[in-house]
Amino acid sequence: MNKPKLSRRKFLLVSAVAGGGVLIGYAATRPSRHRVANDTLAEGGERFVTSWIRLQPDNRITVYVPHSEMGQGIHTALGQMAADELDADWELVDIEQAPATDLFANDAIVKGFGEELLPPFLTGVVNASALTVARIANLQTTGGSSSVRYTGENTIRVAGAAARQMLLQCAAERWGVPLAECSTELSHVHHSASGRSLAYGELAEAAARMEPPENPVLKEPSQFNLMGKAISRRDIPAKVDGSAPYGIDAHSEDMLYAALRLAPVFGAKLVSVDAGQALAQRGVRRVVELEDGYAVVADNYWRAKQALELVEATFESTENDKVSSAMLAERFDAALAGDNGSEDFESGDADAALEAAGDVLEASYRVPYLAHAAMEPMNSTMHIQGDRAELWTSTQDALAIKARAASTAGLREDDVTYHHSYLGGGFGRRLPFTWNVIDHAALIAREFDVPVKTILTREEDMRQDYYRPAVHSNFRAAFDGEGRVTAWRNRFTGPIQVPGAAHIPYAIPNQSIRVVDVETHVPIASWRSVDHSQQTFFIESFIDEIAHRAGVNPYQLRMDLLQEHPRHRNVLQVAAEAAGYGSGLPEGHALGLAVQESFGSIAAQVAEVSIGDDGRAIVHKVTCAMDCGWAVNPDGAEAQIESGIIFGLTAALHGAITIENGQVVQGNFPDYEMLRMATTPEIVVHLVESGNPPGGLGEPATPPVAAAVANAIYILTGQRIRELPIGDREFTLDRSLAGNV
Amino acid sequence: MANFRLNGESRELDIEPEMPLLWALRDELGMTGTKFGCGIGNCGACTVQVDGNAARSCITPVSAVEGRDVTTIEGLATALGGDELTPVQQAWIDHQVPQCGYCQSGMIMAASSLLARIPAPSDADIDATITNICRCGSYPRMRKAIHAAAAAMAVDATA
Ligand code: FES
Ligand code: FES
Repeated sequence: MNKPKLSRRKFLLVSAVAGGGVLIGYAATRPSRHRVANDTLAEGGERFVTSWIRLQPDNRITVYVPHSEMGQGIHTALGQMAADELDADWELVDIEQAPATDLFANDAIVKGFGEELLPPFLTGVVNASALTVARIANLQTTGGSSSVRYTGENTIRVAGAAARQMLLQCAAERWGVPLAECSTELSHVHHSASGRSLAYGELAEAAARMEPPENPVLKEPSQFNLMGKAISRRDIPAKVDGSAPYGIDAHSEDMLYAALRLAPVFGAKLVSVDAGQALAQRGVRRVVELEDGYAVVADNYWRAKQALELVEATFESTENDKVSSAMLAERFDAALAGDNGSEDFESGDADAALEAAGDVLEASYRVPYLAHAAMEPMNSTMHIQGDRAELWTSTQDALAIKARAASTAGLREDDVTYHHSYLGGGFGRRLPFTWNVIDHAALIAREFDVPVKTILTREEDMRQDYYRPAVHSNFRAAFDGEGRVTAWRNRFTGPIQVPGAAHIPYAIPNQSIRVVDVETHVPIASWRSVDHSQQTFFIESFIDEIAHRAGVNPYQLRMDLLQEHPRHRNVLQVAAEAAGYGSGLPEGHALGLAVQESFGSIAAQVAEVSIGDDGRAIVHKVTCAMDCGWAVNPDGAEAQIESGIIFGLTAALHGAITIENGQVVQGNFPDYEMLRMATTPEIVVHLVESGNPPGGLGEPATPPVAAAVANAIYILTGQRIRELPIGDREFTLDRSLAGNV
Repeated sequence: MANFRLNGESRELDIEPEMPLLWALRDELGMTGTKFGCGIGNCGACTVQVDGNAARSCITPVSAVEGRDVTTIEGLATALGGDELTPVQQAWIDHQVPQCGYCQSGMIMAASSLLARIPAPSDADIDATITNICRCGSYPRMRKAIHAAAAAMAVDATA
């Protein structure tokens, strides 16, 4: 089928800015799944601006990026992409987060903004109600390791390239010379034949009157000046002197603070509250009752938090009041035993192959719930005055969170001004649909005419999360008479959040992968790398079991079964060689490996592990080879990979949220331990540039590490790890497998 | 009444003596560079220095700093006698340590106090002293930055 060919020009917008500048925007058509918007905006051809570049007469350039900075370095990376296409002088480039106003880019409206509204809009204090805005929910989402892959590749680079082309053209016209004789460098257009040059700023006004080019041509990698370079992140200086603002840092003299307690059993409703003692405490203003909890509001957060403990409350009982992790595990096992589930992937006839097999290997795996535990506890500050409000909160999607707060508070979205901040960690927790407490904060703030900052205590943050689901996975593999694996059968508990995560790259002729959805009352959501976090542990452990059962070296078996996947083979080889796989290791050390593709990148990891005197596993080193296509900022890429490995290893060694009496048991860090300086292994990263489009980097390093460690432990101990976490397990060395690396 | 010196300036606050220093700083004084992470002395996000020693302000009642010198991230450079970045802060930038950055005020305060005590710390010294949590996992870079800051300070000291 022929796809309609869209010229990029349809999505490019150009507008004058008061004071002689030009604004070049790249718009996306409204995604059709957001039906709400269709009702209010039925005009044909409207577009939504997602990325802006602003050129000023003083030759400075501002790049407005629509994504949240939560430590992944995205502001700098997207800035690099725009500036490189523009041939801009990096020193003259400023990067700002695009304001959370979903202005829709009907060209006429944009031009209208140009004269009057844009400057205030650009400073982020626009009166949003003056704009006709669209309700869209996903254009500012930061997740799925998508920012560079989609926004960067598809919009910011195009806007940059278009701007450069327009500037070239303006200069050529002004000088009356052929465009082909002009070139750009460091925010200037040059005409070398006559030795003339013009700063971009001098051309901005003229550029504002131009039509954007039809199909701006993007640079080839060999032409990159800024992309592919390890440029210092722009957000870092403010993060070493305490000045970087986070949502939790919103502050005013008159503000009030709310400490919140929600029903400990998910879904329970509040019955009654005795607030007498709490209200008598210094600084306490009110106890606010909510449908599923209550809040103490005081003039200082500590006072609110102390008084919270003095409130006596009853919650209604629910059918889940006795539920425990053990009961849920039984429920999962029963579901897998009693139901063949629905198809995730089928090829060949796995059941027939199992029937006919000379040997069958069976194994059951499981992982527990996990909390996000972002370092900045969930919080939100809202100041509601009549029908207008201001909102400060760290979020992975400013537009959607603003919409949610507005709707809860009973306000028009346009009447809420959102203030950006950095995020003290996201990892999926700060996506809009699971950022539940935003509603509570809005309802509390509605009771006061001063700003109210609602902060979850660490305990509430951990107990009122949306969790990485607990998942069980039952495998069977069939072998023929020669020990070759002929079937892969997997039944796992769902729901599936990332389709395809349970699929395997291995060339096994018969495969049957099916999911059985199991309901629980525990809320679940995205957690860094989502389904890959558990599926990679399952798949990469079980393929290792298959190798050992077949008597084949696990590295070799993977290489043999990955013939169709050269990128997988390549990263495996790079990681194995870098880790010294197959060569001498210190006495008592072993290597385990794992490989996984996720979010457009492929990661292979090798873990070097030993067993300490106390029987606990010690991870000495993790070597990672990552094929992310190419990296916009290699140093930022490495930082994300280090981070992803530590995040995955933390879960593998320590992560478990357990349920007793329907409630989360863990409350604070000692119960939900983290890797720390002393327990973090050496990490070695090899970026493999394969020339493919850029892959994600925020998540792909997290999935493989658990299996890599578990596979090494097997070689050291002969014990197969089929359940996480393992940090507290005691192992006994068994030398019989030592020859297998 | 609570009385202490904050980044070199005298402060007087009409608050309960048992109020943790963290909340006196953040809510009473609007000094938000010091962060809340756990509230129980476990994560180190709230680390400040009291008379030059690292202290977790979420479990330090203001009564414990009565009449003493409190330094926060905002005052770190000044406390060391300059108004530019300290060698530790500079090393943090050079090694691109922070990710989300939320833990970093506490990390920098802890690392600075370590270097004041042990000018050339070993990896074991770092492991034993920097027990703060970084959920983003910036530990490998932090370790390099601490060694780099130690080296820079040693050069400064001989210069
Ligand atoms: S907030 Fe003080 S140690 Fe965590
Ligand atoms: S940089 Fe995010 S918690 Fe340390």
